[in-house]
Amino acid sequence: MTDTVLELRDVHVFYGNIEALKGISLEVRRGECVTLIGSNGAGKTTTLRAIAGLNRPRSGTISLEGRPIHSLPAHAIVALGVSQAPEGRHVFPAMSVRENLEMGAFTRKGSTSDDFDRIYSLFPVLSERAKQAAGTLSGGEQQMLAIGRALMAHPKVLLLDEPSLGVSPVLTQRIYETLRQINEQGTTILLVEQNANMALDLADRGYVLETGTIVLADATDTLRSSPDVRRAYLGES
Amino acid sequence: MRMPIRRLRSAATWRHIIVAIVVVIVVLLPLFANAYQVDVLTQAASYSLFAVGLNVVVGLAGLLDLGYVAFWAIGAYSMAIFSGAGPIHITNFTPWVVLPIGIGVAMTAGVLLGSPVLRLRGDYLAIVTLGFGEIIRITASNLEGVTGGAEGIANIPHPQVGAYNFGSSPTPYFYLTLVILGIAVFLISNLNRSRIGRAWVAIREDEVAAEAMGINTFRMKLWAFAIGASTAGAAGVINASRVNFVSPSSFMIIISVLVLCMVILGGMGSMIGPIVGAAAIVIIPEALRDYVPAGVRFMVFGAILVVMMIFRPQGLFPSKRVAAEQHGVGVADEEKAGA
Repeated sequence: MTDTVLELRDVHVFYGNIEALKGISLEVRRGECVTLIGSNGAGKTTTLRAIAGLNRPRSGTISLEGRPIHSLPAHAIVALGVSQAPEGRHVFPAMSVRENLEMGAFTRKGSTSDDFDRIYSLFPVLSERAKQAAGTLSGGEQQMLAIGRALMAHPKVLLLDEPSLGVSPVLTQRIYETLRQINEQGTTILLVEQNANMALDLADRGYVLETGTIVLADATDTLRSSPDVRRAYLGES
Repeated sequence: MRMPIRRLRSAATWRHIIVAIVVVIVVLLPLFANAYQVDVLTQAASYSLFAVGLNVVVGLAGLLDLGYVAFWAIGAYSMAIFSGAGPIHITNFTPWVVLPIGIGVAMTAGVLLGSPVLRLRGDYLAIVTLGFGEIIRITASNLEGVTGGAEGIANIPHPQVGAYNFGSSPTPYFYLTLVILGIAVFLISNLNRSRIGRAWVAIREDEVAAEAMGINTFRMKLWAFAIGASTAGAAGVINASRVNFVSPSSFMIIISVLVLCMVILGGMGSMIGPIVGAAAIVIIPEALRDYVPAGVRFMVFGAILVVMMIFRPQGLFPSKRVAAEQHGVGVADEEKAGA
């Protein structure tokens, strides 16, 4: 079971002269849920943006199933099977919920009716609101829509950026339960999260990012019991 | 249970019937109008074609182009130069041959301008296109050996069908423009219902998300730009052949602004809107001619526009979707998340 879906090797990303990622290496294996935790400005979102083709690494390689993708344009990377629920959700506000989901399958050919059934059973509230404009949904519902929309593409790896951001605790709980279900159904997930508690609960393995460098990488159970992680990210003294 | 379906179908049928009646009336209009009125109608048709093209750029793809007149100029100068009327004689093509060439040249110009600038967003794009419009006009007035400079090019040939020459009477141009307009509307509305149309909606609503859906946003915007440019090119060719003269003074910035007004007044994103907007903006000042003194005519016209925009900001016949987007559905929510 060492089937690597996504691999970053020594990735450096700069914003102007500022080095945001100082040589990140990580891998995500098929069927896994991997989390990337760290404080604000550690480089979590930059890592996801680099994978998605929105920030070009200055050096290093990013590969999907062994194929280098770091020099491809963003839309081509989506077509290869990396889809994301971007930070801040970015649903299409005037489109209906259903139309948003349809957009998720933009790069795909073939019937989507099974996908709708699947997304609606994962997130029943989306089915209730299928015809409603996405902009009228609550923050949590929009997050569900963003995740559902990303799933419509049948991703080889699903990138999630802060799914708990601006979402009520109750809905966050529900979203995480559904993410577990999605992962159990076979979708590989790379999850970026500030809410380390939730993320470590869900994921199999985790990477801890500090100022552009990975400082810890281990199974989440091990990370949970690390005193450093407990102090810095789980709010324990 | 069958009732709603039948009602829906009859609503669509009614719409088709109304459109058909309006088309028939418009087609028959020249029979009941004097030469001056037909001339105004022809201008309205010409601007309609122009506005339908800009609508693809502004209304469908959501790109603010303030230099759109440049493509009209390129079409018009293509007509003048390739017909051999200008100072250099490359070819002596008839207007029928120049029409596709002019469309092609304008489209190429659209792609050439679009490629470097379409990565810019919003206001930046508006300023670059504004500059492009001026560059084309100034080039036309300085490149005397090709464009005739400020004096322009006269004696552009009229189209000929068999033994019949279009001449300078507006009526044949009115019908020619209507036919091209019909073709343009047909092609554009089909495109708008395709994958490209869906991509445009996505780009308009949220470009970041559109990119995350795997849409090649740059290519889709370039398509819109190229289609808009080629439509303007067609309008330019026909117009140059009708007035049989081109000069840089016909391609002032105000024309770009006026056409943008037509699109916004008529209703962005819809197919009928820009045509109604163009007709209104061409015909209203002419209709006011008899009742309003020349000195205040444009003031009254401006006031009408202002009142319109206050009471119907989405335009006369907007696309439902574009109107919803502009009412900012969900914007409040976004702001809450950001706070």
